[in-house]
Amino acid sequence: MAESIRITTPFTEEDSRKLKAGDSVLITGTIISARDAAHKAMTEALARGEKLPVDWNNQIVYYLGPTPAKPGDPIGSCGPTTSGRMDAYTPTMLAQGIKGMVGKGSRAPEVVEAMKKYGVTYFAAVGGAAALIAKSVKSYTVLAYPELGPEAVAALEVVDFPAIVVIDSEGNNFYDIGQKPYKNFDINNI
Amino acid sequence: MRELDVKVITENVAEMCKEAAYYLPDDVYRGLKRGRETEKSPVGQIVLDQIIKNAEIAKAEDRPYCQDTGMTIVFVEIGQDLHIVGGYLEDAINAGIAKGYTEGYLRKSVVAEPLFNRKNTQNNTPGVIYTQIVPGDKLSITVAPKGFGSENKSGVKMLVPADGVKGVKKAVMEIILHASMNPCPPMVVGVGIGGTMDRAALLSKKALTRSIDQRNPMPEYAKLEEELLEMINQTGIGPQLGGTTSALAVNIEWGPTHIAGLPVAVTICCHAMRHAHRVL
Ligand code: SF4
Repeated sequence: MAESIRITTPFTEEDSRKLKAGDSVLITGTIISARDAAHKAMTEALARGEKLPVDWNNQIVYYLGPTPAKPGDPIGSCGPTTSGRMDAYTPTMLAQGIKGMVGKGSRAPEVVEAMKKYGVTYFAAVGGAAALIAKSVKSYTVLAYPELGPEAVAALEVVDFPAIVVIDSEGNNFYDIGQKPYKNFDINNI
Repeated sequence: MRELDVKVITENVAEMCKEAAYYLPDDVYRGLKRGRETEKSPVGQIVLDQIIKNAEIAKAEDRPYCQDTGMTIVFVEIGQDLHIVGGYLEDAINAGIAKGYTEGYLRKSVVAEPLFNRKNTQNNTPGVIYTQIVPGDKLSITVAPKGFGSENKSGVKMLVPADGVKGVKKAVMEIILHASMNPCPPMVVGVGIGGTMDRAALLSKKALTRSIDQRNPMPEYAKLEEELLEMINQTGIGPQLGGTTSALAVNIEWGPTHIAGLPVAVTICCHAMRHAHRVL
């Protein structure tokens, strides 16, 4: 098994461009959570010409909707949510300087084009590995939109957060690459 | 006549909601371990290692296995000689769901109305409750929370009798290929064959309450389960990022149907194959 690559934030375009689809990584530093409602609020703010409440330059965004934290814990179980729902907002957000995205599932072609343009990496966290991922989160601080509750934009301090590069900054897609060697099925042969 | 107070039902449902959210059933855990042993993709092995570790952490620390703690499906079998006292059964079950999801720090994921205002009910009620009257004086309850990453990839096909076994295989595989890596594989696939459209869908849900190690008692269906599993594991989908462990099991349930029909429903479940069962 290949060794995991350790990456730390801030995550620059240079860092991002070194990673290849299929690389296993451990992220340490600060990642910022945002999902549906926050993406909508931020793209609307930008459309109105407003400044965003968070500086996204060289940041990693995490698409998540955690369970409530138990007393004494920084966060509840916090696996990735489906990234595709953010696709409509993503090119606009990448223009703000985001260099990494963590979620699960495929992305729209426009997103991949924007990723290539800005040198962005898309990571998958393992869908459903929510209790394991929670162990890597050391603190949770709401940065903006507190009224969105668990969907607020928040800073997560993480140590060795496990993820895998699915789409690299050149647009190579591990969802395709990873399946190919094991695909031995054609529905027309049934 | 035996009496059962609704308070007992509420307490038990509350505990079952937590139990289901925290503890992956042993058969599924063993299935994941078997998958890890045979998985050919190195990345698939990493993913399975994480999923297995996740199950262990969730169990050891009473944490939700997945952050989507689901919409709560409840199957209730009521013995016809049992008298439920002190309130209404569905209210008691929903009170149990609200209690379990609140006390257990589970995520509240239910909206009261689906299309126009989608307001969260804040306590994960109401559950999707199915009741059935059976002989005896016991109350049997199965709580099966269902995540929507996988539910959204489920589907129904209305086949005609001439489509036969081949048609059923094609229908199931089309749904699986369309789902691909989105429903957090390794999946467990529930298939309902026969009945009406709605009955087939219900059978596909019930199929998921059976152990993944237990094949359908009728040999023809057991064989079909094995064949479908093999096909699914040759799609390359694997544990999310490609590989050979796309599904842990296919469970089929069937029911009588009309001379002109062959409904097939597929409920896809993720590796978070959660359920709790108690007899009161
Ligand atoms: S599909 Fe299942 S494992 Fe994946 S996020 Fe939803 S509930 Fe969790």
